[in-house]
Amino acid sequence: MIKGYMRPDGQVGIRNYVLIIPSVVCATHVCERISSNVQGSTYLQNQYGCGQLGEDLEQTTRTLIGLGKNPNVGGVLVVGLGCELIRPEKLAKEIALSGKPVEMLIIQGAGGTSASIEQGTALARLLQEKISNIKPQPVPVSQLVLGLECGGSDTTSGQASNPALGKAADMLLSTGGSVILTEVPEMIGAEQVLVRRTANTEIAQKLMETIVDYEKKALAEGCDFRGTQPTPGNIEGGLTTIEEKSLGCVYKAGTGIIEDVIKYGEPLRVRGLTVMNAPGHDVQSMIGMLASGAQVIVFTTGRGSPTGVPIAPVIKITGNRETYSKMKENIDVFVGGLVLGETTLEEEGQKVYQSIVAAANGDLTSSERLGHREFGIWRIATTI
Amino acid sequence: MRVINGATIFDNKDNVATAGISLPAGTEFRLDGRVFSILQPIASGHKIALFDIEAGQDILKYGEVMGRSTAPIKAGEHVHVHNVESLRGRGDLCIR
Repeated sequence: MIKGYMRPDGQVGIRNYVLIIPSVVCATHVCERISSNVQGSTYLQNQYGCGQLGEDLEQTTRTLIGLGKNPNVGGVLVVGLGCELIRPEKLAKEIALSGKPVEMLIIQGAGGTSASIEQGTALARLLQEKISNIKPQPVPVSQLVLGLECGGSDTTSGQASNPALGKAADMLLSTGGSVILTEVPEMIGAEQVLVRRTANTEIAQKLMETIVDYEKKALAEGCDFRGTQPTPGNIEGGLTTIEEKSLGCVYKAGTGIIEDVIKYGEPLRVRGLTVMNAPGHDVQSMIGMLASGAQVIVFTTGRGSPTGVPIAPVIKITGNRETYSKMKENIDVFVGGLVLGETTLEEEGQKVYQSIVAAANGDLTSSERLGHREFGIWRIATTI
Repeated sequence: MRVINGATIFDNKDNVATAGISLPAGTEFRLDGRVFSILQPIASGHKIALFDIEAGQDILKYGEVMGRSTAPIKAGEHVHVHNVESLRGRGDLCIR
């Protein structure tokens, strides 16, 4: 069992934020100022929301809505400018469907920066009062949706941190919980392994299309994945082929069957292991998983990464002894005992699993303590 | 997943092990009753062959094909870009 905040739509959160969402970059500074005035609130450093086209516009919109609907968020204040392409009313309306309290403010209507900060602060404080009455209740750990992430990878990622996370992911799946695997470019070379692990041929087809489309798009923009991976740095470190690199990467998803394939930031549809389309870019992929419904992320790193996200705990694990010692304040779990067989996969997997449960029960991760709230959305078309 | 003599064998089907520390040439490797020596210094993160491998044979790691040998490889030998080629392009043609 873990302690969770029950939301009106039946989802369970492990944090209880007031989230301040700028519908467009022009409203971001106001959101940051409001957030600094309201304890227990946070904001999204949204750089977009205008000058976007078609599917790209739809994707950014869907992501902002998904973040507002994330169960770690108790209440939302949407702040718009007034003339942007992404309609703040649309964001507010869609997020309100979750049943959580939502307020909205338009800067052009409120009368500029200072007036918006003042009014927005009052609204956010009201939201904060409303949600502070929600106390965490015991809920089954199967309510967790775990996002998997890797960044700053080195050979210890394939030797220790990814296997350990894979074990923990399997443990969570066995309780009935859910896991999201993403970073699609890092599946190139391991696709034949992944399609064998899909629930049916329809999912296998969708997964293969997702990976192949990604590679085609990159090629069209002049990037030959198979021709440039592994990188010279990877090769120096011992990685020989793109297959080896990707196999080491998907190891973090354990042995679960892939039940579904979803678009970036699309709401999760089924329990179990889902693949979400997203780049390998650490921040963009993490934000996508949060928009899809992940409440907690485990991030394996070899060389060390400090990044966090605004509305969820990011648990950093490493198998690299040197990184653990140099960047100790950024690492939550050390699993380097696996590298020389000093510990077993079962032990390290348990350790990672327990860190997920602890974070779910309210323990702050290093990213949260240090105030890391990185934000970015995957753009898939040009800006106009 | 097991670690023998400072190198990890991820799956029983693997024909390579990945060093967790630098292994000097001559390091003795004992595996399931067989003994062989590491033939070159192997840097941490690099692979050694667990068996004699013919040219054109699959290299297995994590129980999966990670490439193909381009030359005969002896047990204990360094396995890397100089004697392994990627099967790039093949993987995306399979749909089960």
